[in-house]
Amino acid sequence: MNSTPQVYGILLALLFAVAAGLVGSFALMKRMLLASDVISHVALPGLGLAFLFGFNPLLGGGATLLLGTLLIWHLQRTTGLATEAMIGVVFAGSLAVGAALTPEEDLVEALFGRFQPLSLFSFLLGAAAVLLIIFVIFRFKEQLVLSMFSPELAAATSVRLDRLNLYFLMMFSLTVLVGLRFMGALLAGALIIIPATTGRRLASDVSHFLLSSCAVSAAAVALGFVITSYLPRFSLGPVVVIVSVIFFALSLLKKPA
Amino acid sequence: MPETNRPTVLSVRSLGVTLGNRVVIHDLNFDAVRGETLAIIGPNGAGKTVLLRSLLNQIPHQGEIDWAPETKIGYVPQTIAADQQLPLLVSDVLGAKARLLKLAPDEVRRKAAIVGLPPELLSTRIGVLSGGQFQKAMITFALLGDPNVLLVDEPTASLDELAQEHIYELLERLRQERHLTVLLVSHDLSVVFQFATRVLCLSSESPCFGPPREVLTPDTLSAVYSGVPKFYAHIHHHGAVNE
Repeated sequence: MNSTPQVYGILLALLFAVAAGLVGSFALMKRMLLASDVISHVALPGLGLAFLFGFNPLLGGGATLLLGTLLIWHLQRTTGLATEAMIGVVFAGSLAVGAALTPEEDLVEALFGRFQPLSLFSFLLGAAAVLLIIFVIFRFKEQLVLSMFSPELAAATSVRLDRLNLYFLMMFSLTVLVGLRFMGALLAGALIIIPATTGRRLASDVSHFLLSSCAVSAAAVALGFVITSYLPRFSLGPVVVIVSVIFFALSLLKKPA
Repeated sequence: MPETNRPTVLSVRSLGVTLGNRVVIHDLNFDAVRGETLAIIGPNGAGKTVLLRSLLNQIPHQGEIDWAPETKIGYVPQTIAADQQLPLLVSDVLGAKARLLKLAPDEVRRKAAIVGLPPELLSTRIGVLSGGQFQKAMITFALLGDPNVLLVDEPTASLDELAQEHIYELLERLRQERHLTVLLVSHDLSVVFQFATRVLCLSSESPCFGPPREVLTPDTLSAVYSGVPKFYAHIHHHGAVNE
């Protein structure tokens, strides 16, 4: 039977899934799903440094994530370049630097993650982060909805877009950070993208959309755990992503709402 | 003019807007008085939308834009570049503004009723609305929070003629009933003659400002729209009808 640290690990993975569904839904509506990929890749150089010098990978990943988030936010504000263009640059750059820094034996874990049992402290820290994400997203939900519909109209309704974008990017990165240890730098973004894309096909209003994305995301993680407990030679991250892709494929059978 | 006795709602002095290297608006002066409909016309690229965005304080500008104290602005955008596929109901968008402004929960329905937006449309996805329904939703959006000034950016750009007339009549009714001041960007000069108390022509060559019948002479119009003869013919026709 599962030990308590394992239960903590499973619970935090499920909490991460809920945060990913929520953040992903807004990222999809803001058309910045690709940014999620970049942001998770930005963690890689930090992970590499942590593995190289033997400190906590989350510290390293968190530090470069924060830098990357501020960089992307700053680029969006100042240059007005298409988000995709800068995403491309940051994406390739971090992947290369990260891969160069990370010791070879740790590279697979840094890229694809690994399920780890958690201490109570790590669990509480992660759970607090997820609660913060959920709180901030709901606190700014109306402003996010308006800004997605029309930034111009949101600004005319005294929404401060700059600040809102920064808060959202921060919550986005925090979500990636929570998922980093299970999913790795390559796959953490996938759980933000795929369930939201699936949820979009199942819902036609905001509330149902958020709900379905979170449900699909949590179901993918739960099913991932079930599958890897029967087939332990597969690791969790890739299985969860494959399951969410299957959910997405199934959602294609439904006519879009 | 009776307007001159009314209090000034907006006073613009020496307004200048430069976007990149291009001077879009240069040394613009005008004002708006309470309860009037001020039409803003000009050829494409003359800076009509830029002017509205400056008035909303959304873009950097030089000069002075003074709104009277207690001014509350409702903004009706031209079109929204939003993704048609967004899972947003009309009530999601209207409700978001109502909750942000901490309005009473039934305020959305009340304003929709004033505008004549059928209740069932509130639970319709915003991407599937017709042009006219969308404009009504945007006018409902603007009315949330009870503004006393409406800034309207070419509300009928994508509508057929019947729907256009309907929207202008709606705006005119709202202006009268709710004592609004309306700043209206319009391409349609028959609308300007019919509804506007004053008109502001944005044109680098020949700016003009005053009551339509005084300032929109065939000469000024051809100067404002120089190089757009088709427009001129259209204008002239409507101008004559309204004489």
